[in-house]
Amino acid sequence: MTITDKGIYCAEANVYIDPWKPVDKALITHAHSDHARWGHKQYISQHSSVPIIRHRLKGANVRGVKFGEKININGVQFSFHPAGHIIGSAQIRVEHKGRVEVASGDYKLEADGISEEIEIVKCHHFITESTFGLPIFRWRPQSEVFSDINEWWKKNKEEGKISFITAYALGKAQRLIQNVDSKIGTIYTHGSIEIVNNLFRDQGINIPTTRHLTSEISQKQLIGNLVIAPSSALGSSWGKKIKPASIAITSGWMTMRGNRRRRGADRGFILSDHADWDGLNKVIDATGASEVTVTHGYTEAFARHLSERGFKAYTATTEYTGEQLIENETPVEA
Amino acid sequence: MKLFTELFRKIDGTTSTTAKTKALVQFFEKAEDRDKIWAIALFTHKRPKRSVSTGLLRTWAAKEASVSDWLFDECYQMVGDLAETIALLLPIGSADKKNTLDQWVRYIDDLRDQTEELKEKSVLTAWRSLGQEERFLFNKIITGGFRMGVSDRTITKALSKNLSINENTIAHRLMGNWDPFTVSFSELLLEANENESNSKPYPFYLAYALDKEIDLLGTPEDWMAEWKWDGIRSQLILRNQEVFLWSRGQELINQSFPEFEILKEFEGSSFVIDGELIVRTEDGIQDFNVLQKRLGRKKPGKKTLKDHPAHIIAYDLLELEGEDLRHLPQGERRIKLEKLFTAFPEQFPLSISPLLNFKSWEELAELRSMAREKKSEGLMLKSVEGTYKTSRKKGDWWKWKLDPYTIDAVMIYAQRGHGRRTSLFTDFTFAVWKGDQLVPFTKAYTGLTDVEFQEITRFVKKNTLERFGPVSSVKAELVFEIAFEGIAKSKRHKSGVALRFPRIKRWRKDKQASEANKIEDLMFLL
Repeated sequence: MTITDKGIYCAEANVYIDPWKPVDKALITHAHSDHARWGHKQYISQHSSVPIIRHRLKGANVRGVKFGEKININGVQFSFHPAGHIIGSAQIRVEHKGRVEVASGDYKLEADGISEEIEIVKCHHFITESTFGLPIFRWRPQSEVFSDINEWWKKNKEEGKISFITAYALGKAQRLIQNVDSKIGTIYTHGSIEIVNNLFRDQGINIPTTRHLTSEISQKQLIGNLVIAPSSALGSSWGKKIKPASIAITSGWMTMRGNRRRRGADRGFILSDHADWDGLNKVIDATGASEVTVTHGYTEAFARHLSERGFKAYTATTEYTGEQLIENETPVEA
Repeated sequence: MKLFTELFRKIDGTTSTTAKTKALVQFFEKAEDRDKIWAIALFTHKRPKRSVSTGLLRTWAAKEASVSDWLFDECYQMVGDLAETIALLLPIGSADKKNTLDQWVRYIDDLRDQTEELKEKSVLTAWRSLGQEERFLFNKIITGGFRMGVSDRTITKALSKNLSINENTIAHRLMGNWDPFTVSFSELLLEANENESNSKPYPFYLAYALDKEIDLLGTPEDWMAEWKWDGIRSQLILRNQEVFLWSRGQELINQSFPEFEILKEFEGSSFVIDGELIVRTEDGIQDFNVLQKRLGRKKPGKKTLKDHPAHIIAYDLLELEGEDLRHLPQGERRIKLEKLFTAFPEQFPLSISPLLNFKSWEELAELRSMAREKKSEGLMLKSVEGTYKTSRKKGDWWKWKLDPYTIDAVMIYAQRGHGRRTSLFTDFTFAVWKGDQLVPFTKAYTGLTDVEFQEITRFVKKNTLERFGPVSSVKAELVFEIAFEGIAKSKRHKSGVALRFPRIKRWRKDKQASEANKIEDLMFLL
């Protein structure tokens, strides 16, 4: 595989993985908007991403495949394997004439309780993200982070406040819903999150009970409860009405004090759906790959580090954005 | 250390002044006196002299974290703060239970005269026995620069609540040159000491920018107006034949400005004058950067004193013959100030800020438009009946500045921000056209929203031409309106000009790079 100005390209099969410019055939690792973009003639993704892609890219021609299912295009064998990033997120394995390459999209190592756990895929060439590819990023176990989140929620409840937490509508939101202690109170969701929840529920994926926060629900009802919304809702008129509230942001970027101190948020929880430094290194080691192409993130530093560790490491320019402090996913309106 | 760490966490985690004050009050209730002294000292930027160089700390931390030097630098570039970078990189440890803040500060101070080997051993021992947050604080104490978003006012307020002593008294007691190693909590804050050091200045009263139409201030007769001079706000103190000069940043700056020693000759009197420190030659008031150079020179030579003589333009009289005048109305203080000046010998480097004559607000507005010719930034308005207050309060004093200069410029370099903006490109260099070349003329990094920074960050990532360490040169495409307060010739800058208070006014998405201003437009403003 090579990386062109359109995307990750497999010349033998003439297909692209997560292309950012319109192409005929696109294999999609997951449904985040920087990986699943407009304008391709055909999309192929793992089943649970299909309804999301169809919803976000109206009219898209999407074909679903199962994890592990082998598909053959022009003599090249493709298969999708869990990446642990969000529900349905996949690494795409490409085999041709005995050579195996893997485009991993976005991934994480820790089991988050809702996404399919990452599967290590042995390969010769591994294409990796590097969103958090510096040794300052080291995640605590999620059980500790969620116990902090639960404590925060409880404290707000005692103080008669709403707990307002931001998360990506696709991925982080479902992870929060799954893992917070729902005994503390009711979980209310922003419309864009509830749509994604229902797209998963309709497929038989179990997402714990949530309530869509509509205009009929009074602010009084929200006191003591949890509201989950994409960060773009924070400054909106919708978000401003939610008070009195303690506002929290969940992101790997909260590692840095400067980011935690951002105005407009009371708490920053370090929680990411991307691998941390140790995670990236462990996964790459486990693949057994000798060649690694490093994409979005701390591309150059991480590739240099891999070279020092004996890998043939390359950098590549892509248009993937990784985790953003302010979500630039277009909110799906209710 | 536990209480201090808790305090830090609370303060760091909120933007609300009320919450910060509350956290401080709780700390002052529970902490030991020695730790209280250090908390006050660290928050008000009094820290022990650096005992270990940052270069050594970097080397030891990289080694301890098993990270190569270049990777350490990469992380530092990203985090923007050495103390934090080290705390994030070291192997995860558990929290300290034994030592107090006072003990840790002394531990750090004791390192100063030790050999490098001993320093390394002690610092590593400390790092290994501290949790991540404590390590950060420990590193902050070593490296200095303890900025926590707590104003002196907040500290004063919290202490005032905790001790039930009024805020002005607390503020007064906290000013000046006390040594946190030796002073006790009660000496510093509880003892009403007759011989309180001669040097102690009063807290400055600061003005807000006028935020309404000028005629809403009422009748012009109730207001005094003077030029707002562009220097360093200072307090000049003469007590018991000793002279002290304080800058608004609460620094004693006598050493840099020996020309005021002459006031000692004014025997048998004592006073505290609030005024503006400037450099004035026969050609008139000099640009701010000349004054800044003077400020940087601890012992100015004869030539400097002759070429760039310092001068104070007096605004106000806060104390006369030992009596605090701050409770008197502005008008009365002004009369006393004028009377004092009649007694001064001519060679004193002092003058009174003249009052402007105006009968209507229209007349005053006209005067204001002449401010730049007067080398002033605009006007100061003071209520005749107003008393001299502490720190920034609305009501009796207003700044009525000139509208800033503006120029449309092209962004050509970008750098990641520090502190809370490390994941975004926020520091930019701007250029104007000189023929068909773009000449950089200023940097600016404030004035945009986070959303705009995010948008620009995406642009920078896609349009980087070259990288020079942390700086990326980018395709000359985006145009911004840059506002600034003043402009002066400068040999140090490629463009030949230096700007005062440059900031980004807005993003001119409606303009192409070719439509930005030319260097001639900048020169015209000189």
